[in-house]
Amino acid sequence: MVSAVTISAMHMSDGIVSAPTSVLFGVIAAVTVAVSARRARAELDERTVPLAGLVTAFIFAVQMVNFPILPGVSGHLLGGALAAILVGPYAGVLCIAIVLVVQSLLFADGGISALGTNITNMAVIGVAAGYATAVAVAHLFRRAGTLSIRQLGCVGFVAALVGTVCAAMGFVLEYAIGGGAQVSLTAVAAYMFGTHLLIGVGEGVITALTLTAVAKARPDLIYLLRTQRRWVPA
Amino acid sequence: MTTDGRRRGRRFWIGCLLVTLLIAGGLSYLASPNPDGLDSATLRGCQMVEGNGAEALTGQCIARDAREHAMAGSPLAEYSVGGVEGSGGLAGVIGVVLTLALAAGLFRIIGDSRPADSAPVVGGD
Repeated sequence: MVSAVTISAMHMSDGIVSAPTSVLFGVIAAVTVAVSARRARAELDERTVPLAGLVTAFIFAVQMVNFPILPGVSGHLLGGALAAILVGPYAGVLCIAIVLVVQSLLFADGGISALGTNITNMAVIGVAAGYATAVAVAHLFRRAGTLSIRQLGCVGFVAALVGTVCAAMGFVLEYAIGGGAQVSLTAVAAYMFGTHLLIGVGEGVITALTLTAVAKARPDLIYLLRTQRRWVPA
Repeated sequence: MTTDGRRRGRRFWIGCLLVTLLIAGGLSYLASPNPDGLDSATLRGCQMVEGNGAEALTGQCIARDAREHAMAGSPLAEYSVGGVEGSGGLAGVIGVVLTLALAAGLFRIIGDSRPADSAPVVGGD
């Protein structure tokens, strides 16, 4: 028998952090999304606008598929590193933010007052940490020549792993600032770190597989590869 | 672009869309029903007790602070269509279509449809 799709998703509910904390991260998220909307223009052209739409829908779909990581515990793709590598970091922030808004408003997944914290964790921290890692690892590989498809897969794996763990630490930070006092913060941090290291491995595999498939069919569409040119010394 | 190249281009987009729909509409049925890393972190210290068909938490955990979702009455709440059991795949397909429509519209407005070959100015403006 197949199991039903469940509500479990890596999204905070309303009420987990205090109202002022929700407002604070709501402002942080809103400002970052606004800045990203301005800057994403430079990352997109007429070929990659459709890709950005499709990447958003793809991440929505893959986020539905929770994979097991421990007995009784699952995880799912966050998608920040994947989106940033495919369409650019600023467009990537928008992809994840759109997914989170659709999930919260239509699917009751992730609290509405928690949109600020969820966008901060998955769209801002996940994308920023994932993309910075991707650029750094790609630089290491590129010293030895051009970036091969397999190397792009490795870049995606490491970037996704780091992005996922950093996004999870965003939750720990928010809980430290505005959470209740019923549990030990150290225990929460350790548990979040450990589980998201495992989830990050799954995220890394999905990211590497997706990047490899796109790179085989249309390498010209991938933002990280398109912007490689400026790294090449003439 | 040649006619052949254009046809290949179309095949790529259709292929991507099909894979996305299959993941949301089919593969999602194989999803693990267990709480994810964050949910299980918020549930640590609590037990789920069932009584009269309703679930409640006992003990000390973060999730006890959680409020019911304001959109819990949405027709697509919890990835089902009107609460019908087994409709998760349809809910997923609807979600993909709505997400794609919203994202494609927004990115079209944001992107200024620069021709493909003008090199993007990256990392600053």
